[in-house]
Amino acid sequence: MEVVLSFVVGGLYAAAIYLMMRRSIVKLILGLALLGHAANLLIFTIGRLVRGAPPIMLHGESQLIGQFADPVPEALILTAIVIGFGVQAFAIVLIRRSHQTLGTDDLDKMQSTESFD
Amino acid sequence: MSFLLVSPIIIPFFTAILALLAWESRNLQRMISSCGAAVLLAAALVLFGFVWHNGIQATQIGNWPAPFGITIVADLFSAAMVVLAALMGLAVVVYSLAAIDHQRESFGYHALLHILIMGVCGAFLTGDIFNLYVWFEVLLIASFVLMQLGSEKAQLEGAIKYVTLNLMSSALFLTAIAILYGMVGTLNLADLSIQLRTVSRPGMLTTLAILFLLAFGIKAAIFPLFFWLPASYHTPPAPISAIFAGLLTKVGVYSLIRVFTLLFVHDVGTTHGLILLAAGLTMLTGILGALVQNDFRRILSFNLVSHVGYMIMGLGLYTPLALAGSIFYTVQDIIVKTSLFLVSGAVYRLRGTYRLNRLGGLYSSNPGLAVLFLLPALSLAGMPPFSGFWGKFILVKAGLDANSYLIVAAALIVGLLTLYSMSTVWSEVFWKKQPEEQSEPALESLPSGSWLLHVVPVAILVALMALIGLWPGPFFDFAQRAAEQLVNPSDYIQAVLGKSA
Repeated sequence: MEVVLSFVVGGLYAAAIYLMMRRSIVKLILGLALLGHAANLLIFTIGRLVRGAPPIMLHGESQLIGQFADPVPEALILTAIVIGFGVQAFAIVLIRRSHQTLGTDDLDKMQSTESFD
Repeated sequence: MSFLLVSPIIIPFFTAILALLAWESRNLQRMISSCGAAVLLAAALVLFGFVWHNGIQATQIGNWPAPFGITIVADLFSAAMVVLAALMGLAVVVYSLAAIDHQRESFGYHALLHILIMGVCGAFLTGDIFNLYVWFEVLLIASFVLMQLGSEKAQLEGAIKYVTLNLMSSALFLTAIAILYGMVGTLNLADLSIQLRTVSRPGMLTTLAILFLLAFGIKAAIFPLFFWLPASYHTPPAPISAIFAGLLTKVGVYSLIRVFTLLFVHDVGTTHGLILLAAGLTMLTGILGALVQNDFRRILSFNLVSHVGYMIMGLGLYTPLALAGSIFYTVQDIIVKTSLFLVSGAVYRLRGTYRLNRLGGLYSSNPGLAVLFLLPALSLAGMPPFSGFWGKFILVKAGLDANSYLIVAAALIVGLLTLYSMSTVWSEVFWKKQPEEQSEPALESLPSGSWLLHVVPVAILVALMALIGLWPGPFFDFAQRAAEQLVNPSDYIQAVLGKSA
């Protein structure tokens, strides 16, 4: 399972970077979203996948022994998803507004802030 | 004690909430914003004094013992950065009272500014690497909105570039955190510092270090990752670009210094050597970019990039003196850059343009403003007796001690080129005659109260800069002590984990 997920993560990173290098701002946003998903899935995979071993201590135990599912990666992913959701919502509104104001969705045409005159 | 440690996060948070509650009344927002900024500065000074006298302070949020909960730590470096963030916040808030238009104020400018300051203070104070990511996102989302607030054409275009590159950096940072957690299973910086010493795969650790270098390098705008900065920082109104220039890249520099003194010191030759190379190239490419620009704020933006090179040069050399130089340089550069950007805003207010070829004659009409530009500009170029000279002096001395002659040569040449760049601005904006066709409003037409709000914050910052320049002893002592704490992380670890490393 970890091998499969590793390939999925790699595929997501590759797709994200491919989309970000396109000229359209819509694809740029999709790429950014995929990049976030790739990072989240990486945290999930790297936390090691364990089935049927909840991190619960039985009465009398003072620490977990053996294999157990690590709850920290889930907490990290949850935080990252919430943050990513907010940021992507902002980014979508930004590109919509930019498209209205600038009249183009082509990144190559957005060079007025970098020109010399 | 623990309240004092979290107060630089709580105060701007509550200020922002109060400013949002006062949505209907612009005047009330302005009052809340100014008071909040002043209280924050007071709290930050008290915190700095406490850390100065009692050593590194740490507190565990929610009483979860480290390394399981989130830790807030203040050592001398982070406490000083918090003081500077609060000071720049206050200066920019006061300046904004006159320089920000009504629409932007009504759309939550003050609340956003305080959220930004909260994010910056949180990033300086946190002792947990994932929490650092969260604070980065807090300050980023506030800066995104500030960047495009007003939705002018150039702002939107700059915002797209700014948002994209910064989100990309965040994703890289998150990836690096994932791999770090997979390797050692902890996120607490002090605990990481101990665990990473025993990692058996140094090659993997070096790769991870480079990933962090990339993530923070984008935020700090080092070569070759800086192109978003000069494409976006000149688009929002002057107070916004001033606070961005003063604080945001420095958060990246702070994170680099923190991570590459506390965590990744296993292979100094590779990682810090790479940082040194990036430092030299950042200085040179930044200043060469500045030389060909003809927009006041774009010149300043490229200078901003160039001088990030000096700040990480000390980190790349990685000796106690060099780190002290980095800290000294960062502290004074925040003041210098913020005042230069604020001066550019005042010039815009007088002449209605940032274009060098349409500006001119300000020395004869506004000698006071000309002085307020000239002093930080000379400091930027490293002229004695200003603060920038001492910063460069320490760094050059450290470079010579370490026999790194190339970087010293780069630092000196870039100093000269900065002088050339600043004298271009001086002669174009202040010295030459004003172009004939120009008929923009002159100083006399601005109400004097508004003019004072433009000038007084800059004057105070410039006075502070002059104080550092004329009386560098205490500031250098501070930088040395702060560098000592960075080089020997055992105090830091002791303060966080309560046991010796």
